Amino acid sequence: MKKKYSIFSLIKNAFSYHENWEKAWKDPMPKKEYDAVIVGGGGHGLATAYYLAKKHNMKNIAVVEKGWIGGGNTGRNTTIIRSNYLWDASAGLYDHALKIWEGLSQELNYNVMFSQRGVMNLAHNLQDVRDLKRRTHANRLNGIDAVYLNTEEVKKFCPIINTSPDIRYPVLGGTLQRRAGTARHDAVAWGYARGADEMGVDIIQNCEVKGIKRNSDVVEGLETTKGFIKTKKIGVVAAGHSSVIANMAGLKLPLESKPLQALVSEPVKPIIDTVVMSNAVHAYVSQSDKGELVIGAGTDDYVSYSQKGSHDIVEGTLNAILELYPIFSRMRMLRQWGGIVDICPDASPIISKTSIKGLYFNCGWGTGGFKATPGSGDLFAHTIANDEPHKLNAAFNINRFVSGDLVDEHGAAAVAH
Amino acid sequence: MFIINCPYCGEREQSEFKAGGEAHIIRPKQPTELSDDEWAEYLFMRKNIKGVQFERWNHAHGCRKWFNMVRDTSNDKIKAVYKMGEKPPIE
Repeated sequence: MKKKYSIFSLIKNAFSYHENWEKAWKDPMPKKEYDAVIVGGGGHGLATAYYLAKKHNMKNIAVVEKGWIGGGNTGRNTTIIRSNYLWDASAGLYDHALKIWEGLSQELNYNVMFSQRGVMNLAHNLQDVRDLKRRTHANRLNGIDAVYLNTEEVKKFCPIINTSPDIRYPVLGGTLQRRAGTARHDAVAWGYARGADEMGVDIIQNCEVKGIKRNSDVVEGLETTKGFIKTKKIGVVAAGHSSVIANMAGLKLPLESKPLQALVSEPVKPIIDTVVMSNAVHAYVSQSDKGELVIGAGTDDYVSYSQKGSHDIVEGTLNAILELYPIFSRMRMLRQWGGIVDICPDASPIISKTSIKGLYFNCGWGTGGFKATPGSGDLFAHTIANDEPHKLNAAFNINRFVSGDLVDEHGAAAVAH
Repeated sequence: MFIINCPYCGEREQSEFKAGGEAHIIRPKQPTELSDDEWAEYLFMRKNIKGVQFERWNHAHGCRKWFNMVRDTSNDKIKAVYKMGEKPPIE
């Protein structure tokens, strides 16, 4: 049993200069056999392991991660959480996640710094206005809080936005989801890792999957850089590298992996207390608790695993940011980085069984997976444990690309791709 | 960010080009006879290779011509560029 984190444990450890905190998770070598192995130690993978152990009583499981946990897209995203998606299936999926976020810090006894500061999506032309109004209505029918704001209300909610009618793409209105917000990305991975570890899950870092062993259409185990691991169930949550793992099993996925960039500025005093996204001009910005502006750019249009993006993408985003927020004109950018996002043709994820028994994929989250972390883990755990999808992720099966029953969320994805 | 040697215009910045995805996906000869699985394979399934990949590009802000490229997607190094209809210069 791990010691609970609290104000008292903080004070107690202060006396020993914080040098005696117990390790949040162990660093084991893999056992010969597990009941299930999760490939990918990001937020989604760790959450999957956590819920498998907690809700489905599968304790003899492992998470294998080729680098360190939370070192991929979990540590590279812009931490935005919202559920204002258009279609019923997506609303169910993303709002399920948002509801878990609301109690996650307490559940994990780990402060994930979930902050419901609201997310505003701006409209810059008449089609945007129509689309966002439609989405607001759809959200409300699905029980998701959403309001449509006119230009004055946008300005009132976020006074630093330039709402002048003579800018290139004037602000004509916007939507606001007040329950939406941000969380601390690293803390989510670490909190789930600590929780899963406590229930006996082996978290194995620096362990890259090299092959999937199967006997005709049934999985038998994994070849890894730390030896062969026998298992009957493999859950792949490898984000940008999903296709690489799928190829090992002889499967093809409807994915393209592309660089997505983000950048942060030097830290400044509080200036923006919400998240503002603008699909049409492609600029979104929030402020971290450290004071940095967190800015998300778009994806490049070519396949790449290089974790680097093009400068013209960043330049386009910053042009839009400066037009919308002239107050930022003298801010200096501190860091810029890229992550590799796996994009589905319909901009919706895949949480699904496959044609191979015991092989499950959770992928295709594209540019917006962070927000879904707890819900994705919960539903993927259900799918693996029962060999059947939960009703909330039934629509996100891989066969929708054969049946044509796509969940087109390009409009709500809010990042151009 | 990289430089692309357009087979018609020569070396230009990548930002002038539009990526057109995986190359050499053959359009079905008899679409009416395709099963749903075959349609899904043609329309949606992609190799998405980490490593050497064959792809189509368009010089969108230049000559606007389409061509093929062989590129290592793990480091964005271009191996070869060749015109539409030509055989790939490397296997």
